[in-house]
Amino acid sequence: MQPILTMENITKRFPGVIANDGVNFDLQAGEIHALVGENGAGKSTLMNVLFGLYQPEEGKIAYKGEELIINEPTQAIKLGIGMVHQHFKLVQPLTVTENIILGSEPTLGIKINKEKALKDVDELSKKYGLIIDPKAKIENITVGMQQRVEILKTLYRGADIIILDEPTAVLTPQEVKELFAILKGLTDQGKSIIFITHKLNEVMEIADRATVMRRGKTIGTVSTKETSPTQLAEMMVGRQVLLRVEKQEAKLGKEVLKVEGVSGNDDRNLQVVDNVSLSIRAGEILGIAGVEGNGQSELIEILTGLRKPTSGDIYLNDKKITGLTAREIKNSHVGYIPEDRHKRGLILDFSISENAILGIHQRKPFAKGMQLNLSEIKKHADNLIEKYDIRTPNREVHARNLSGGNQQKIIIARELEIDPVLIIASQPTRGVDIGAIEFIHKQIIEARDEGKAVLLVSAELQEILSLSDRIAVIYEGEIVDIIDAKEATEEKLGLLMAGVRN
Amino acid sequence: MWQDLFNMSMLYATLRAATPLIITAIGGLIAERSGIINIALEGKMLMGAFTAVVVSYYTGNPWLGVLGAIIAGGIMALIHGVVSIKYKANQVVSGTAINILAGGLTIFLLQIIFGVAGTSPQVKKLPAWGPFHPIVYFGILLVFVTHYVIYYTSWGLRVRAIGEHPSAADTVGINVIKMRYICVIISGMLAGLAGAALSLGDLNVFVKGMTSGRGYIALAAMIFGKWTPIGALGASLLFGYSTALQMGLQGRGIPSQIVQMIPYIFTMIALAGFVGKSTPPAALGEPYDKAKR
Repeated sequence: MQPILTMENITKRFPGVIANDGVNFDLQAGEIHALVGENGAGKSTLMNVLFGLYQPEEGKIAYKGEELIINEPTQAIKLGIGMVHQHFKLVQPLTVTENIILGSEPTLGIKINKEKALKDVDELSKKYGLIIDPKAKIENITVGMQQRVEILKTLYRGADIIILDEPTAVLTPQEVKELFAILKGLTDQGKSIIFITHKLNEVMEIADRATVMRRGKTIGTVSTKETSPTQLAEMMVGRQVLLRVEKQEAKLGKEVLKVEGVSGNDDRNLQVVDNVSLSIRAGEILGIAGVEGNGQSELIEILTGLRKPTSGDIYLNDKKITGLTAREIKNSHVGYIPEDRHKRGLILDFSISENAILGIHQRKPFAKGMQLNLSEIKKHADNLIEKYDIRTPNREVHARNLSGGNQQKIIIARELEIDPVLIIASQPTRGVDIGAIEFIHKQIIEARDEGKAVLLVSAELQEILSLSDRIAVIYEGEIVDIIDAKEATEEKLGLLMAGVRN
Repeated sequence: MWQDLFNMSMLYATLRAATPLIITAIGGLIAERSGIINIALEGKMLMGAFTAVVVSYYTGNPWLGVLGAIIAGGIMALIHGVVSIKYKANQVVSGTAINILAGGLTIFLLQIIFGVAGTSPQVKKLPAWGPFHPIVYFGILLVFVTHYVIYYTSWGLRVRAIGEHPSAADTVGINVIKMRYICVIISGMLAGLAGAALSLGDLNVFVKGMTSGRGYIALAAMIFGKWTPIGALGASLLFGYSTALQMGLQGRGIPSQIVQMIPYIFTMIALAGFVGKSTPPAALGEPYDKAKR
């Protein structure tokens, strides 16, 4: 069959780098085609070329049998190419309908024809099974619905090809399932989908074919029926990758963290942590599984001193730490890897050296009296860069300019180097590439084997299953059950995560 | 006492005092809704007031003076636009520079053109239409036209979009840069017009520094009015009333400075969120960089 789109020998250079080096890509009508690769492999560049944001130096694009040059996103949109960006392009205070029609408003004289707009949006949403509330403001709807609005935006402009850039990064497992059902529905109606991701299980689940990119080149295109995650990972990274985490039997020590009947509220003052009791021993990883938004974030904030509990007590090595400040808790040797590295973990416009001492900057040897000891700070940064394989030209680079994986490595390095007795790791591998995931997992296992206690929160069930020794499942702020990781399966956890007790 | 505070002459005085604020606040609103901070309203108003008098002096036609004021405000705005849109400079700094420039330039030109230091010669002023000069009526009309345009037309929807999330607008084919230029220039033209209302509507001369902070008060009115035209009208009327009050209370033992302070206290209360939230457009003050989309 003739493909609807072929991109042949695309080369795009930026000063100092070749982002796309003779890339080939083709898309069949009605297929879901995954574009896979690590961060910086050139996936986004290729899609930006297709969407008219970049013009390639070499190569040909043929669309519906016609060779053409795409100069502007508006031209791509007219041709029937739509893109759902990773960071949504939605205007928060405007309504769903206003966002969908923006730029192509139906008018009546000089006035926007609101009735027609509402009717068109409603019809589209029914036709493709994308449930939305056309009159709601974007700021008041869920992330999942925002994504459906983005998809509707492309459909409203007559898209035949829809590019989705890392669409599952922001979704809960349930929303991912809904999204996949929507995508299947779209292809059934003849739309073609390009799905950019680096999550291999998603590729296997949803895509018909996958094209793998590495360092600006296409490594190959495979049918998902004839490949495996291991093979894809190898193509992506260029070497054998351990998707399974290898670890020894846990050597348990004494109890490090004891949480007794802790409850707490969220920012709106609603109770979201409900009488939680846990215990973690030295040399053990306790995973907390649960659909996001079930109180995990608030529980972690309580444990790290960022939020006050409304009741209950927390003990670290038998010493009560309830109500201590974040600094006091950190000084008691608690390492904290926050869920949002941009918001809490790093100061993006600070250099690596500065980020590497955040929270310990007032201590010796980094401070002498009121002054910072710059030479010690530099030495510390160089040390971490080497030990934790942070890929950067030098220590003065701002955190903003590093890939997600390398940013995360800075945080992990900083927190592991304070000689923690307890490590609280929240979504430690969110949005980082496979190579970095492998490295971070290894670091966490190593810390455990050195006798540190680890509390792991993750939305990735696979991560919880492969790292944890015991798994606590949280649902609506309550620990539903704590089970041994050896007895845990995805199905069993899935039921508990939905609040179903045995 | 109450009769002194609420009567027809107070109402007239309020409307007269509020008019330059209304027009300038609407101008500020159009610029800020598109994402450009317009702290330069004061300078544009001053340039407008000055140009209006000069043109009226040479042509003997106050209407041409008004036109000149609009053009002068527009040119000042174009400078602000080039500096802050094209060269992506800090908009507050650029605006402040324009205010200082206008203050100096008008004094300098007053000396060059009329050979005087503080006050220009008297020129032909705008006629009175009933109790008011024509710009007063225009100001009221402007509020409702702007309300309609912002909330009911596609142009208005696009302005709101580029002030909140310019790259979202860009990716659906809206020319963010062009629209921002248009909005800033309209904003400057309105500030210039407001200046003419002062020098040719209320008076018939230009006095150095005659806007005396009205550009900033208009900005406060816009914020107090939560970046909406009707809100800006209400806030401008409140501020206009306090000016009228201050004149009405002269010689009654209440220090006029106290009365003068009232609107600013209201503004601070509004900004602190006590009368509902006043949220500026999300992308206000951020230059749009296509490369970062």
